[in-house]
Parts: sequence; structure tokens; C-alpha cells
Amino acid sequence: MCLAVPGKVIALDGAISKVDFGSGVIREVNMSMLEIEIGDYVIVHAGFAIQKVDEKEAKETLKLFEELMEKT
Amino acid sequence: MADFQNRDMAKRVLDKIKESGVEAKFMHVCGTHQDTLVRNGLDAMLESTGIRILQGPGCPVCVTTPNEIEESIKLADSGIVVTVFGDMLTVPGAERSLAHAKGDGADVRIVYSIMDALRMAKDDPNKEFMFMGIGFETTTPATSLALLSQPPDNFSILSCHRTVPKALRALVNMGEVKLHGLIEPGHVSAIIGEEPYQFLSTEYNIPQVIAGFEPLDLLMSIFMLTQQIKEGRAEVENEYFRVVKPEGNPKAIEAMAKTLVESDVKWRGFPVLPGTGLEISDKFEAFNSRKKYEDLLSPIWDMDFPEPAGCKCGEILRGIMEPQDCPLFGKACKPGSPVGPCMVSFEGGCSIAYKYGKRGN
Ligand code: SF4
Ligand code: SF4
Repeated sequence: MCLAVPGKVIALDGAISKVDFGSGVIREVNMSMLEIEIGDYVIVHAGFAIQKVDEKEAKETLKLFEELMEKT
Repeated sequence: MADFQNRDMAKRVLDKIKESGVEAKFMHVCGTHQDTLVRNGLDAMLESTGIRILQGPGCPVCVTTPNEIEESIKLADSGIVVTVFGDMLTVPGAERSLAHAKGDGADVRIVYSIMDALRMAKDDPNKEFMFMGIGFETTTPATSLALLSQPPDNFSILSCHRTVPKALRALVNMGEVKLHGLIEPGHVSAIIGEEPYQFLSTEYNIPQVIAGFEPLDLLMSIFMLTQQIKEGRAEVENEYFRVVKPEGNPKAIEAMAKTLVESDVKWRGFPVLPGTGLEISDKFEAFNSRKKYEDLLSPIWDMDFPEPAGCKCGEILRGIMEPQDCPLFGKACKPGSPVGPCMVSFEGGCSIAYKYGKRGN
């Protein structure tokens, strides 16, 4: 029920923004829970962005996985 | 974006889990995690390791009680426009579902967001609108923000929201399953952060990892749990830190605190779990369906509805049975004709098991 999907913010108008989910799917999303800028990636659930996706941290995660695999 | 579906990496993690030699039962409490596990065949891959994954009460649709469904049907039958998420439509109440009420002429509308429901109410001031507020902490902040947005007088909310960490305490206290680790839901955690889970590690000595939803996220989280066990640690680790901040989402937490208060609610398959419900606070009671329509709803509150005959959803939600163990699974009970809620919701354990071809034993 509460599937949440990542998308990229492409337009901002007050609390309402447009988010691109890929494959041509663009939807209006409420941003009042976050401070965001155009170009940010966000996780969207039931019409609201609930958190940002940090791209740097995403790459960091994969690096960490590598390290864990090497170490153990 | 970064690649979290890398198969080579997945295989390496799986080998490491096997090598660790740890034998343990881990529980997740998230329908989306179950979907990732089964859709990608991870559950089958894990069979070659010592790890068993149980599913807990992870889908807010499945744990909604017949009483709550009956409340919404009562309002629909009384001429109030009922707005709900699509998953709720066919969940059985005592006898009928909201879909039946709709078939009988009630105005029941599917919405994607509470904002759609608000818009409908504003556009049609001569009708009364109720929004059925379903969901865990992922969904609840939207309800709170709607309450804070000065809704119109003809709008109210039937809050069926529930919270995860205290429900886990109840589950552990019941003692039916011996858990060696918990895989915590990433999107609930995106809102509440890491701290609310802490007591499960300190008081109950349970290792925990907050996990994302890609196959690699889950495998890595399982690996991290095995490491905690090997090293004798029990703490809250966060594998999904690209989304989950230690403090969660402060704006969302603040909105919830301003509008909602803890309540004691029953979960399907469980008794009343203290403090795991969220009711609309007195300040916003004009928008609380249970206050606004108390005369209509109060007779339902003390009624006792039995689970559908033969349905094992309760056992499945408590992690002590698998869908395939239910005698009705895939026979009398299928997605087109669900007997229990676990077959209705897309995130229900029975529906997922059926969709990916796990036919009855
Ligand atoms: S509500 Fe959140 S935690 Fe629960 S099943 Fe859905 S995605 Fe998972
Ligand atoms: S298969 Fe159907 S009847 Fe059996 S537990 Fe699942 S939902 Fe209930």
C-alpha cells in the first residue's frame, strides 16, 4: 500500500512540484515535508515527497558494500 | 542513479551470508520487502543459507480490523462520500466490503492521495466527505499536513493509522516466534529515524538493520545482521542511509505531533496493542469522523467480528505460518475472490505468494 518510488524534481511552485519518475511519467507532488531544489531526487509516497535521496550517499553505499565484502 | 541490482554483487553477498555459518530467523515488517524478496527469488536463494526470513504485520491494509471497515461502510451507506486508497476497496468487513457498498449505490471513491480527497470536498460543498486514513508512519504525515491545511467543513478523516516500533514490542512480548534479528522498513524509518527502534536492541538484545527496497539492499541488510550476531552485537544499523537520516524527517514528525495522539488499537491477528494507534487530537476534532458521526459509529465500536472462517491471516501476520500452509490458499481463496485481507492487498503475504506462483501445499 505504501509503496514509495524515487523521482527527480523538475519544477517547483510553492509546496507543489513536478516530479519525473522516468518513462515519461510526470506527476504533481507535495513538498511541504522537505526543503528541496530543482534537480533533487526524492522518494514519493501517496502524493507527498517523504525524503530526499542523497546521490552521493547512494554511491557511498555501494562503496561500503565493496569494503564489507573485502573485509570479511 | 547508482546500481542496486548488480547480480555479481548479489551473488557475492549471498556467498558471504552462507560462509558466515550463522543460523537465524530474521523478521521484516514490510509488504514492499516481501515483494522484493519473492519477486527476485531471494527467498529461494536464501534457502541454501542458514537464514530464514519471516514476514510480520507489514501491511497496513492487512492489519486493519473488520470494525474499521464496518465504520467506513456505515458512513458510505449513510450517504457520506467515502474516499479510500484502492487497496481498501475489497477488504472484507463483517460481511460486505466497501466495493459491495459501492455496488449497492454508495458513493465510494478511490484516491491516490489525501490531497485528491480534499480537492473533491472543496469542489462539492453540498456533500460530506470522509477520507479513510490508512497506513504506518510513511503515510501518516500526509494526513497531518491535510489537517493543518485548514480543510473545509464538509471534510473529515477516519484515522486508522498505526505505528510500527511499539507493535514490534508487542510482537516480541507475545513470544510466539524467537527472532534473531529485525529488518526494519526503510520508508517508515525515513520519517521516524533510527531512535524509535533502539529499545528493541537495548532491552531485548535484538540486532536490527534499517533496509532499502532493492535486492542488494535486502541481501546486504541480512548480511549485516549475520555480522552483528557473529560479533555478539545488538544495535540499530542503517543500510539505507542514502534516504534514512538518523533523525528522520523533522517536519513530518512535527506535523504528526501537532495533530495526532496515541491510542490503543486492535490489529488484525493481534489483541489490542497499547499506544500503537493514532487518533486525531481534540484540537482538530471537527475533522475527526468518529466525533462528527459519533451517533452512527459508536454502536460499531464494541462489536466483535470473527475472522473469516478458515482464514489464517492472523497467524501469517504474527509470523508463525506461511501462506502456503493455509488450507484455503489458492483454492477457495485467490486474488479474484479473497477470503482474508492478506489476499486482498497487493502487499499482503498471500497475494504476493500467489502472484509469484507459490501454489498451495
Ligand atoms: S506501509 Fe511502508 S513499511 Fe508497511 S508495507 Fe508499506 S512500504 Fe512497507
Ligand atoms: S490464503 Fe486467504 S484465507 Fe488463507 S490466510 Fe491467506 S487470505 Fe486468509
